[in-house]
Amino acid sequence: MFDVLRRRLGLVVGVVIVVVLAVLPLYVGAFWLQVGLFAFAAAIGAIGLNLLTGSTGQLSLAHAFFLAVGAYGYSYFSGTSTNIGGGIIVHGAGLPPFLALVLAVLLAGAAGLLFSPIASRLRGIYLGVASLALVFICQHLLLNAKSVTGGFYGRNAPPFSLFGFSFTDANPPLTVLNVEFGQRERLWYLGLALLVLAYLFARNVLRSRPGRALQTIRDSEVAAAVMGVNVRRYKAGAFVLSSMYAGLAGVLIALAFQRPVPDYFDLRLSITYLAMIVIGGLGSVGGAVAGAAFVTALPLVLTHYSNSLTFLAQPGQNGIGPAEFSNYVYGAAIIVVLLVAPGGLAGLAGRVRGSTGRRRRAEPVDVVHPEARDTDTARLPSGSALT
Amino acid sequence: MTYFGELVINGISLGCIYTLIALGFVVIFKATEVVNFAQGSMLLLGAYFVARTHSRVGFVPAVLIGIAIAAVGALVIQQVLSRAKFADPITLSIITIGVDILLSTELTRRIGQQVLSFDDPWGNRTADLGPFTVPQARIAAMVVAAVLIGAFFAAYKYSSWGVATRATAEDFEAAALMGIRRNRVSMGAWLIAGALATVAGVFLGTSPSPGLNNTSNLTALNAFPAAVVGGLDSTGGAVAGGLLIGVVQSLTAGYNNDLSFLGSPLGDVSAYVVMLAVLLWRPSGLFGTREVARV
Repeated sequence: MFDVLRRRLGLVVGVVIVVVLAVLPLYVGAFWLQVGLFAFAAAIGAIGLNLLTGSTGQLSLAHAFFLAVGAYGYSYFSGTSTNIGGGIIVHGAGLPPFLALVLAVLLAGAAGLLFSPIASRLRGIYLGVASLALVFICQHLLLNAKSVTGGFYGRNAPPFSLFGFSFTDANPPLTVLNVEFGQRERLWYLGLALLVLAYLFARNVLRSRPGRALQTIRDSEVAAAVMGVNVRRYKAGAFVLSSMYAGLAGVLIALAFQRPVPDYFDLRLSITYLAMIVIGGLGSVGGAVAGAAFVTALPLVLTHYSNSLTFLAQPGQNGIGPAEFSNYVYGAAIIVVLLVAPGGLAGLAGRVRGSTGRRRRAEPVDVVHPEARDTDTARLPSGSALT
Repeated sequence: MTYFGELVINGISLGCIYTLIALGFVVIFKATEVVNFAQGSMLLLGAYFVARTHSRVGFVPAVLIGIAIAAVGALVIQQVLSRAKFADPITLSIITIGVDILLSTELTRRIGQQVLSFDDPWGNRTADLGPFTVPQARIAAMVVAAVLIGAFFAAYKYSSWGVATRATAEDFEAAALMGIRRNRVSMGAWLIAGALATVAGVFLGTSPSPGLNNTSNLTALNAFPAAVVGGLDSTGGAVAGGLLIGVVQSLTAGYNNDLSFLGSPLGDVSAYVVMLAVLLWRPSGLFGTREVARV
């Protein structure tokens, strides 16, 4: 019995986490639900970025762009033409919200595909710099394509609904165990369900043939090509998949904000997502989720409790506020993690698991398993004679 | 026509500033294969100290202090990076993003909503170049940048540091066997990048710009397209890319009213559109080394 439990430790931990998350709305208040919702959205986005940067080794700073495509795509497809004031009339397709969600994700994928002629030709660091361009083009479009995006003040994202069940405070009113299920509670479950699906899908991709191909590309493009991996196609594919994840995350962000604004989708957002996957551990799906939860929650929680945290400055005061403080934390975390523990949170978890496991019996180490990043030291330095 | 000419002159001057920053990217990239995402905050670091000290010691000594501080800061970053012995260049570049978050958060917090001026000797005065009226600070930027760029190329070609850097960039193992210390080479590269960035930062804050503010480090990001357009591993490309981006930005911003169907502001986005177009055509930039894979 215990042996089975130990062997399936990952599964058990996963199920426990999901169950805890599923009952939480019965106990926690609106603030934590909102934090959770942002964390779910960020986790989905981070899984996507991690597939590209962590598993395939392609640095991308364009994630904010694809998040914006998802958020505004959803708002456009599900919205209707309205006058939002300031002489701006936003158009909308007026489609059912679920269809709008699917189309927004596909649109983000298509945007990734449009960029793939560049993405598949450029190697690692050139791609990172080139992807900066998308963030700036994104800002330009969001501010100027007013009939779609609403310009500086954004546009409303219509509430989600599925088969007549609407994710709002009413319609139909719902009370579970004496807890009223309003918009936040309902969206919480939507976010959780989408995150679980996104997580399982990414894990399976990485463990299947395409996933192995991506990781071979990360380790050496030449070696991957020699082994018969179509490097260009797989790189483009990784880019498309990662943008679709970002698109889904963007839809959730739009639902959580209820009104996406251009200011949110700037370069800082891309860098925040990079911080999530580095802190969580490059290449690990679970790590991306953990990193996303940490990076998303930190500034929100610090702001919420800043009254009782004496080392933080109050709004309007000189000094270090919650936003700056969390910037220091994850700026420093990026540096420390990459210098000291390149596996991030996932690597630390793996080490803990490894030390309990070794007492039992030596497990064969799967060398291309994403969490076994220690093998990296054995690999050729890139830029050596091979490349 | 006069307007066009003035825009081009302003663009060339802006391009000279971008070239100074882009040369920093290139020299670090050549020496260490790292793309330094912290270049913008290094620029802000140096320029911030120039702005803070000039009222006490005067403009030129303040610039020297700023250069020294940015160079030391760059050296600290280089030392941090050298701790990660087995990390690949992409990991190291991500570490510089972490450094950038720390530095830029602290500096923008200190600057806040202020606009810091330098009290530079040129002020808001303009000069007449034939039919064109150009801010004196822009002319000074061109002259200073030309001198610095010339000095850089001379040092790169003839000094022992330049030879060592080029040898390392060519083949770091062979260079190491010839007794060239890679650490020294990369220290030199970072020092120079920090110093050049400070000079660029000062000129980014002089007329026609109102001064140094908390987004000056983002302006420095425009040097990224400059470096990439020219080719990240080409010093000559940095000059060509810098000038191209500077002129394109100046022209698109200047004719924004005639191009209003493209939206505004066009200045920032045009640099990145040019970069994407060049990359589609030549993935390693105009003058960058094409990567050849041998098995």
